[in-house]
Amino acid sequence: MAQTTEAPVAPPPRADERVGQKSALARLFARPEAGAVAGAIVIYLFFFIIAPPFRNASSFSTTLYVTSTYGLMATPVALLMIGGEFDLSAGVAVTSSALCASLFSYEFTTNAWVGVLVALALSLAIGFINGWVVVKTGIPSFLVTLGMFFMLQGLNLALTQTITNQVASPDISTLQGFGSAQKVFASSFTVGGVNVKITVIYWIAWVIIATWILLRSRIGNWIFAVGGSAPSARAVGVPVARVKIGLFMAVGFMAWFTGMHTLFQFNTIQSGQGIGNEFVYIIAAVVGGCLLTGGYGSAVGAAIGALIFGMVNQGIVYAGWNPYWFTFFVGALLLGAILLNTYIRRRAEAAV
Amino acid sequence: MSTPQQTPAPPARNGQGGPPTVRLTGVGKRYGAVIALHDINLEVSAGEVTCVLGDNGAGKSTLIKIIAGLHQPSSGTYEVDGTPVTFDSPREALERGIATVYQDLAVVPLMPVWRNFFLGSEVRKGPRLDIAAMKKMCKDEMLAMGIDLRDVDQPIGTLSGGERQCVAISRAVHFGAKVLILDEPTAALGVKQSGVVLKYIIQARERGLAVIFITHNPHHAYPVGDRFLLLNRGKSIGYYEKSQVTRDELTGLMAGGAELEQLSHELESAGGAAAEAAHELEADVTELGISAEPGGDTGTASATTTQEGSSRP
Repeated sequence: MAQTTEAPVAPPPRADERVGQKSALARLFARPEAGAVAGAIVIYLFFFIIAPPFRNASSFSTTLYVTSTYGLMATPVALLMIGGEFDLSAGVAVTSSALCASLFSYEFTTNAWVGVLVALALSLAIGFINGWVVVKTGIPSFLVTLGMFFMLQGLNLALTQTITNQVASPDISTLQGFGSAQKVFASSFTVGGVNVKITVIYWIAWVIIATWILLRSRIGNWIFAVGGSAPSARAVGVPVARVKIGLFMAVGFMAWFTGMHTLFQFNTIQSGQGIGNEFVYIIAAVVGGCLLTGGYGSAVGAAIGALIFGMVNQGIVYAGWNPYWFTFFVGALLLGAILLNTYIRRRAEAAV
Repeated sequence: MSTPQQTPAPPARNGQGGPPTVRLTGVGKRYGAVIALHDINLEVSAGEVTCVLGDNGAGKSTLIKIIAGLHQPSSGTYEVDGTPVTFDSPREALERGIATVYQDLAVVPLMPVWRNFFLGSEVRKGPRLDIAAMKKMCKDEMLAMGIDLRDVDQPIGTLSGGERQCVAISRAVHFGAKVLILDEPTAALGVKQSGVVLKYIIQARERGLAVIFITHNPHHAYPVGDRFLLLNRGKSIGYYEKSQVTRDELTGLMAGGAELEQLSHELESAGGAAAEAAHELEADVTELGISAEPGGDTGTASATTTQEGSSRP
């Protein structure tokens, strides 16, 4: 047995060496976020060259703000996707949460913070229901959350209409506690003459936290495992159901957080907004290297995916193009990312 | 051909005095109207290997699931160290030291080797994973099994089938399994890789583990086994100590026995091409019995060289 430690003796070690070379190469390309980083650099340079306003620090700050509003949600959506599930209700859930906070505190004339907490409970409950149904029934999360998506969409419109006779929630800026809540969720500060929105800080913080959880904590190990192979994870004692429900609730939590930002940024919420954003989150995660099939990806990748989204979104405006081109670009990016991911996965999974 | 003197070194058999580590008595399992298992007896003690042989559908997996705690038996008793037990989950079985290495459920292919190794039993410093320690332990355990991994960070899916089995086995051993249930560990492997796995079964036995080795290959079972339980259609068709049976008898019972007769009978009764297939099958099995012999010997050789090195006939 000792002789196997001396590498270049017999044929088996030689096979090992081949594996080593392959994995060294693969390691360079197979980092989940590698493709996204390359893409982000190319897109940054592209707009830097063709769109002069894009070069300003202030417009970059705006780009980062747009990025952060998507990136906040893309982070838990990426974790969920690594855990092997989808949440198509994530986009409207943001609006639901904001509407809930706004309508509750306005109708009952409470402190704005009361509405904020009620909305948190609602968002966590939505996440829990999504997760619980998926785990208990084994129905694909695509379908479960599609149902939730339509239900929430309908509720948003119908309840807002019933309660306010409007399509938007009333302005809550006169309520008690609005000022402090706005400070927490929607303030901004100045760095070197550039206005920076606080969501950028939250976004970066959450990406760091999520990355730490994924790579350095036991829960992170479990997230990869339940997404990579739930039966294997179950067989070694990982609480698969709890991990998955927890991930759905993390999406709910961030939907609440993002919803609160939107509410305290604009004081009022359009009941129809948020539809379609679920795809943006998923695209950011996929462009960032998350596999649709689960078990692979990173929070940093999703952040870079969101950044690509934000840069294209703003870059097209700064370049003075017809904004209709935007969706074309996003679609092309998604397709390219999927092709790259599939290639990487084949390499990573292929047995020697 | 058969080497009855090949019984394992006595010192390893430390379970001789007390009750067997695992004992099933008259165990049966029904799924509704389907009788999956009927009246099965099995025992295994520390430092012993009990082989469960049978073809597909013989009830091997049901038996594993009962021992592993996934299912409860419908009848009969299940004892661990002499006390009757009822496991409600694999976790409970695991807590009693009964670990199962499943054929294909053992690992998450995209995760690094070390993460797979410690999955579900991660080593932590406070809330943080102790990654350095886990990587080192994983590398050392694999080295102890004779597998020198260059990089424990590589996805386990890039390892060969035999190596993956060994990761799963060494993982169970590392986490203090007293009883190791191996579900067809050699089924998908070539002769050489099978030999490697058989070597680790012997090693596990030498370390004083009780091993339940499920296989359909008597050539893999015979060199490492102390007891052999033959299953067919949910029933025991034989339960032997090693001294009571030769490999050829075992092979005969497995391949040439009632099972095959029944199968060729069924095929023949279907007539036409099926009857031809029945004859071919019979010929195949006979041929297999001969041509598989060297494979079995390779297993024996690599298995025994580690301890005796001189049992090749």
